[in-house]
Amino acid sequence: MDFLFPENLNDFQGCQKSRGFLNMKTEKISSIRDGTAIDHIPADVTFKVIEILNLEGIKSAISAATNLKSKKMGKKGIIKIGGKYLTSEEVNKIAIIAPDASVNIIEDYKVKKKQQVSLPDELNKIIKCSNPNCITNVEKVPGKFRVKNKDPVKVKCLYCERDMKKEEIVLL
Amino acid sequence: MESLGGEVLGFDDAEVTSAKKGETLWDTAKMVEKYCDIIVIRHPVEGSARLTAEVSSKPVINAGDGANQHPTQTLLDLYTIQKVKGKLDNLHIGLLGDLKYGRTVHSLTTALSHFNPTFYFIAPPALQMPQTYLDELEEKGIKVVIEKDLTKVSKKLDVLYVTRIQKERFPDPVEYEKYKGFYKIDKKILPHIKKGLKIMHPLPRVDEIDRSLDETEHAIYFEQAANGVPVRKALLALCLGLEKH
Repeated sequence: MDFLFPENLNDFQGCQKSRGFLNMKTEKISSIRDGTAIDHIPADVTFKVIEILNLEGIKSAISAATNLKSKKMGKKGIIKIGGKYLTSEEVNKIAIIAPDASVNIIEDYKVKKKQQVSLPDELNKIIKCSNPNCITNVEKVPGKFRVKNKDPVKVKCLYCERDMKKEEIVLL
Repeated sequence: MESLGGEVLGFDDAEVTSAKKGETLWDTAKMVEKYCDIIVIRHPVEGSARLTAEVSSKPVINAGDGANQHPTQTLLDLYTIQKVKGKLDNLHIGLLGDLKYGRTVHSLTTALSHFNPTFYFIAPPALQMPQTYLDELEEKGIKVVIEKDLTKVSKKLDVLYVTRIQKERFPDPVEYEKYKGFYKIDKKILPHIKKGLKIMHPLPRVDEIDRSLDETEHAIYFEQAANGVPVRKALLALCLGLEKH
């Protein structure tokens, strides 16, 4: 996995070496032929998205950058994953921590489909209840959660009926 | 159930069941449903009744799941309030004691929120009503007063619902010792309440309501407990499709 320094330096526009450092006028990361590009990730959760998608096990090319300038967000992260298309569960996990991210399906270097992540009305099997005395934790049964609010994120466990804010949510 | 002509199979101590051997609630529910027409479950873990209802094909009544809910208590509480006050709407309801771990007040708050009440949650800060309920009440536009001194709000109340500081709900026994006996009401409260105030309690009580109040016109907790019989009979009949009989 490369961070900011892809194999082909020609992918950087306006790059020049200066005193041994790369002086990037325009920040851009490698294109991928087929796969998924996730854009508009809040800069502070870029690595969290990499973690929840379990990208360490992927053999194909992955590029990621964070703290990129963004007119919309101030700073953002981008992740490009070659040869992989996200499942709906993975998209839902991203939506919890990066509700404004966009997921682009790439085919033959072109954006085939663009979609905004969006939290569904129910989250099942991707998060766990924060209440240790909830039956889902005592008996290890899959949890069910209703999304009460999408921004800021608030979910309710349908078993113990406790609410969880974004910072209390534990991803499975 | 017996006065309806039915039988009760069951246990009130998990020690005598296969739960002691490690059987899950899931498996217990799958087994029990084969032997009965309706399941009534009281369990120390939150969400247990819902899981039982998902597993079982028979009707399931939640008789209390941990610190979450106690809906049948709420049905009889609503019935009691309706009987003594002639209405449920627009009342000033004080809830006193352990509001954090008290499943009766959680269920009662949810139910009464449909009747445009003003709630007075009277408890020490560590035992106040959980934020989940406060948020839901705010969304519904229900007025809530948070207070720790009963005397500051007692004159406004139509109903005062007193709860026990529950030792079994405290994960930390040291914390329980700090709060037990925090609220005790006795005849000294009488000059500070409305003439028509009704005092309720889901029972059992320990020492939070002094016996000197029992014979006053305000105390209705024993009548409240007695209302549990017809209410629960009606609920059982409804769940078993017997309401026409």
